[in-house]
Amino acid sequence: MAASYVSSERVLKIRRGLTLPILLLILWEGSSRSGLVDPRFLPALEDVFLTAKRELIDNNLIGELGFSLFRNIAGFLLGSALGVLFATLLALSRVADALITPTFNGLKQISLLAWIPLISIWFGFGEQAKIVFVALAAFIPVVLNTYEGMRNVPADLIEVGDALRFTPTQRITRIFLPSALPSIATGVHLGLIYSWLATVGAEYFLAVGPGIGGLIIAGRERFDMALVMVGVIILGIVGFILNRLAAKVENYLLRWRVSTH
Amino acid sequence: MTLLSDNTALVPRSLQGRARTWRLRRGGLRLRRVAVALILPLALVAAWWLASSQGWLPEQILPSPAYVYATAVEMIASGEILYHTGVSLRRVVIGFLFGAVAGLTLGVAMGLSRRVDDYVRPLFLAFAQIPTLGWIPLLMLIFGIGETLKIIVIAKGALVPMTLNTAAGIRSVPANFVEVGHALRFNRWQTLRLIVLPGAAPSIFTGIRYGLTHSWTALVGVELLASSEGLGYLLVWGRQMFWLDVVIVAMIAIGIVGFLMDKGFDATENRVQRWKQKEES
Repeated sequence: MAASYVSSERVLKIRRGLTLPILLLILWEGSSRSGLVDPRFLPALEDVFLTAKRELIDNNLIGELGFSLFRNIAGFLLGSALGVLFATLLALSRVADALITPTFNGLKQISLLAWIPLISIWFGFGEQAKIVFVALAAFIPVVLNTYEGMRNVPADLIEVGDALRFTPTQRITRIFLPSALPSIATGVHLGLIYSWLATVGAEYFLAVGPGIGGLIIAGRERFDMALVMVGVIILGIVGFILNRLAAKVENYLLRWRVSTH
Repeated sequence: MTLLSDNTALVPRSLQGRARTWRLRRGGLRLRRVAVALILPLALVAAWWLASSQGWLPEQILPSPAYVYATAVEMIASGEILYHTGVSLRRVVIGFLFGAVAGLTLGVAMGLSRRVDDYVRPLFLAFAQIPTLGWIPLLMLIFGIGETLKIIVIAKGALVPMTLNTAAGIRSVPANFVEVGHALRFNRWQTLRLIVLPGAAPSIFTGIRYGLTHSWTALVGVELLASSEGLGYLLVWGRQMFWLDVVIVAMIAIGIVGFLMDKGFDATENRVQRWKQKEES
């Protein structure tokens, strides 16, 4: 009885969730077929599918996506690794904290995209500049959250470390890193989301090359709405998958915490 | 704090003196902290100045600090920087207001009604999945590159966090609070205004904070892509002309506005949530 109750509630939920998207698709198809809306603004669903097929088969869409993902992952790994190191330094060294944290907090106020002109002048318009920018996007949230996590390590844990005469390295690997892990995971998760945003931004603003961002910009320049839509949908799907992946990794890394609660 | 100052008359004189030295020492500590915090920026500027005066880096890669300063002074005196900041701020305020009001409404509806939530959330999340930057080219095709585009993009930036946080905040209001409302025979509107919204306030404020940040990022993005005025435009223009001094001045202006928005928001949050602090202390 209970099981069927739950599943019927679930079915209701799914049915409700699908209502609006389906209505939207019908409205879309109806208005583009009846010519109510200029197809240049709203291409028929079929056109979008055909464009997607064309890009996928004839125009190496997968390759473009590969370029974007490579930048994203490379920048993300670089930025988050540096972020954890940098935040550990700030959180554990009083001197570094007093010297550097205020400056970091000041620079962090500058909106991410505002760094693009400076990066493009310093690093050129090529792959290097794009990866630097993506790394910067991941770096900031990772630093903030790691710092926060390490600052909130319970005092008694630190005392245990003292009592066991841990060396500084042991203190970091056995106490500070594990204890700050939930916070670090949050930062890495945010870093992954921001780095995807930054990948798109880098492809828009730093010389258009291969990549999903470049594809969208090309579509806009050719006034090819179907192409733009294909690009935008792919952006969403990749963002969604990255997000899911990050959540999975987060759960995996933190699985040991469940037992303590 | 208030407890201390109210009772000073009751504290022995000797201890009052100690309290004063304490306060002085605390002031001294703060001064020292500020001084230490300034070391790195000053050292950076010194290195920057040295690098440019020795000609280690060409002007186009790094103009001298004196030159950037002169540009900043000139742009402030001519009112140029103020004008572009004003344009950007106006866009953010209008776009943010649209997005925040829409997000609050949608969030309240989703938070109060399971049914609305079931209907709207999947589609909303699907749209929210696409970064704001991704929307810009699509919206450019539909709305052109005028003011409408900017307002919509900025509003979208604020809409997503506002909606999700408001809905989550309302969901998290304890059921027994609402029962108290029933016991007091509050009508729907009273329950919403006196119980649900205050209960959801912390979460709504989180939404506003993220909304502001996202709006500001979206503004810079949309101005970089399509604009003939505003701080983002200054960045693009400076880069095209290879006027790094203009780029740096615009970056500083963007940083200052971001900082002030943050501080202003903190002050508002504290004011509106006075009751919360009182409760805690």
